Amino acid sequence: MSNLLEVANVSKKFGNFTALNNASLSVPEGSIFGLLGPNGAGKTTLIRIVNQITMPDSGTVHLGGELLNENHIRDIGYLPEERGLYKSMKVGEQALYLAQLKGLSKAEAKKRLKYWFERLEIGDWWNKKIQELSKGMAQKIQFVVTVLHEPKLLIFDEPFSGFDPINANLIKDEILRLRDNGATVIFSTHRMESVEELCDDIALIHKSNKILDGKLVDIKRQYKINTFEVGLRTANNEALRLELNEKFNVSDANFKTLEDELKVNIKLNPDQKPNDLLNYLTTKGEISHFVELIPSVNDIFIQTVKNN
Amino acid sequence: MNHLPLIIKREYLTKVKNKSFIIMTFLSPIIFMALIGFVAYLSQLNNDKVRVISVLDESKLVQNVFKNSEHVTYNILEGMSVNDAKDLVLETEGTGLLHINQLENDAIDAQHITFYSEDAPSISLISDIENQLEKRLTDINLQKNGVDVEMINNSKVRVNISQESFEGEKTSKVDSVVKLIFGGAAGYLLFMFIIIYGNMIMRSVIEEKTSRIIEVIISSVKPIQLMLGKIIGTSLAGITQFVIWLILGGVLMSITTLVLGIEMQTPQQQMAEEAMNNPEVNLQIQNIANAFYHLPLTNLIIAFVMFFVGGYLLYSSLYAAIGAAVDNETDTQQFMMPIIMPLVLAVYIGIFTVIEDPHGMVSTVFSFIPLTSPVVMLMRIPFGVPIWEQILSFLILIGTFMGTVWFAAKIYRVGILMYGKKPTYKELLKWIKY
Repeated sequence: MSNLLEVANVSKKFGNFTALNNASLSVPEGSIFGLLGPNGAGKTTLIRIVNQITMPDSGTVHLGGELLNENHIRDIGYLPEERGLYKSMKVGEQALYLAQLKGLSKAEAKKRLKYWFERLEIGDWWNKKIQELSKGMAQKIQFVVTVLHEPKLLIFDEPFSGFDPINANLIKDEILRLRDNGATVIFSTHRMESVEELCDDIALIHKSNKILDGKLVDIKRQYKINTFEVGLRTANNEALRLELNEKFNVSDANFKTLEDELKVNIKLNPDQKPNDLLNYLTTKGEISHFVELIPSVNDIFIQTVKNN
Repeated sequence: MNHLPLIIKREYLTKVKNKSFIIMTFLSPIIFMALIGFVAYLSQLNNDKVRVISVLDESKLVQNVFKNSEHVTYNILEGMSVNDAKDLVLETEGTGLLHINQLENDAIDAQHITFYSEDAPSISLISDIENQLEKRLTDINLQKNGVDVEMINNSKVRVNISQESFEGEKTSKVDSVVKLIFGGAAGYLLFMFIIIYGNMIMRSVIEEKTSRIIEVIISSVKPIQLMLGKIIGTSLAGITQFVIWLILGGVLMSITTLVLGIEMQTPQQQMAEEAMNNPEVNLQIQNIANAFYHLPLTNLIIAFVMFFVGGYLLYSSLYAAIGAAVDNETDTQQFMMPIIMPLVLAVYIGIFTVIEDPHGMVSTVFSFIPLTSPVVMLMRIPFGVPIWEQILSFLILIGTFMGTVWFAAKIYRVGILMYGKKPTYKELLKWIKY
C-alpha cells in the first residue's frame, strides 16, 4: 500500500521556540492514522503545516506523490480542535458557504448537504441559526462540513469532544465508513481508547520530536513485555507464590475472579517459553486465568513519553 | 482558487442582513432629522417671544432711532423719573428699560446710557441696541463738527478685489470659501467613513476569532484573501448604508420642511427675498455659481475616488490587523491610538493650515505623508494642486498601502490563531518573522 501523505524532515520555529524538529512521517493510503502526543508537543503545528495554514521553515510535504500546493486544499478536510461556526448565520447558508470555499458548486453542495443532513437526521435544522443549536448539534454540522467535499485526506482533531456517547458512536461509525470508502484519516486525540479502537497506524510526537511511529500492531509487538497474567486455584496460595518466586520473575496482579485465587503476573525470560510455563502451572493447581499482557496504547504513550 | 468574490458576498450579505445594521441604517437619519427639527422648534419657541423694551430718553436725541422689529418692540416713555419708569417696566413685565441721561453740553458717552432689566439681557440684544445708538450718535457728532453726513455716505466705496491667476483663470474670495467647503466635506467624509467602517471590519475579525471558525476558514482560503474579502465586503456594505442615508436624508429633509417647515424657514426666506432685491447679494450668488464652475471638477472627482479608496484601504487593513491581534474589543484600545492620532492630525491640519495657506510648507508636506495625505490632499485639491504632485502623493499612498497590507496580513495570519493573552508591540514585530 502506498503512502498518501509523506512528511519529510519538517522543522518549524516560532521565534526561539521550536514547535517541530525534523519530523518525518508517512500516512498509508486508506488507513486511520493516530497522531498522538502530550499537550504542546507540536501536533497542531504539524496538522497546520499539512493544511498549508503554516509554512514549514524546512522540509517537504507530499500529498498523493505531489509536493503540497494550493490545489490540495480541496483534497483535505480538516476539523480543527478549536472549531466553531458563524453564530448568527443560518445552518444551511453557512454549510453552503463553507462547501463552496472548498471548491464545490452551489448546486452540488446543496445536493450533498441534503444527503448528509438526512443521514444524520438533522434535516430540519437548515434554517436555524447556530446560536439556537446545542454544542453537540453544532459539532454535527461541523463534521458534515468537513467531509462534504469528499476529500482524500481527512484530519480530525479531537473529533468526539462535545458529543454524547450515542452521537460519538455515530460519528465513529461514519469515520470508519469514510475509511472503507477510500478516505485516509488522520486522527489526533488524547482519548487512548478510541485510538486503540480505530487506528491502524500511529505516530507519537513529544517535545517537537517524533519519537515513535509505525503500525499499531508492530509497535505493540515491540513493546511486548513477555508477561502473563495468571490465576490459579490451589490449596495453599502462599506456598505456591514462594515456589514461583524462585523460578520466575513474579509480581502481584489484580483482576476480577470468582474464588480466592492466587493472582500473579509472571514475566518470562527470553529462553522461557509460554507453553512450558503453562505445563508447569497445570501441575500446581486449577488454572482459571492465563493471558498474555499486551501493552495498551495508554501504557505505550506514558512509558515512551516518560523515557524521553 | 480565487474565493474572493465568495467571501466578499458573504461579508456583504451578513453585514447588510444584520438586524442592528438595518436598524441603524433606517433609524439614524430619522433620529438625526428629529434632533434638528427639535432644535429648530426650540429656537423658534425662543424667538416667538416679543421683547418689550422701554426707552426713557431724557436727551431727546436718540429716541426716534429705534425701529420695532419682529422680536423687539420699543416703547418710548416721556416725562417721568427713572424710578417711575423702572416701576412701570416691572409692572408691565417688560424686558427692560433703556435710560439715556440728560446731557450736559451735548456730549454723549457710555456713562450716560444704562440698561435696566430683571435678568441679564442677551448679548445679541445689547449689541443690537449699541449698534443703533452708535450710528445715530456718530452722525450727531459729525454734524456737530460741521461734517456733511450725506457726503460721507455717498463717498463710501466697497472693494471686492477680483483675483486672476497668471494663466488668466479668474478666482474670487467666494471661490476660496466654496473650495474650502468642498475640500473640507471630502476630507471629513473620509475621516468618518474610516472610523465607522474600520471599526466594523475590526469587529468582524474579532467575531471570527471568538467564534473559532477562523481555522476552518483558513484551511480553505489564504488569510490575505479572507482579509481583503472582509475589507471589500464591509466597505460595500458601508457604501450601501451611506447611499441610503443620503437618500433618506433628502426625503426626510423635504418632509420636515413641508410639515414643520414654512414658519421655521421664515428668517432665511426673508433673507433670501431681501437678497434677491439687493444687487450686491445677487452678485454674490452669481459668484458662488461661478465658483462652482471654477472648481477643477473632473480632477476633484477622480482624485476624490482615488484618495478615498486608497486612504480607506490603508486604514482598514490596519484595523483588520488590530482585530486579528486581540481576542476581544476591550483589548483594542492600546492599538487604536496610533491609528486615530494621524487621522485626527490630518483633519486638524486640513482645517487650520489649508485655510491659511493651501500650498504652504505644512499642508504640502502632510499631503504627501501617507497616513495623512488622503484627508489633507483632498482638502488641498480644490485650490489647484499640480497633477504631478497628486500622482506622486497617490503613488506614495499606494506603495504604503501595499506595505501595510503585507504587514497587516502577516499579523493577521499569525494573530487569528493566537488566543489568550493580549500581545505587546514587541510580540507583534516578532510575528512578522514567523
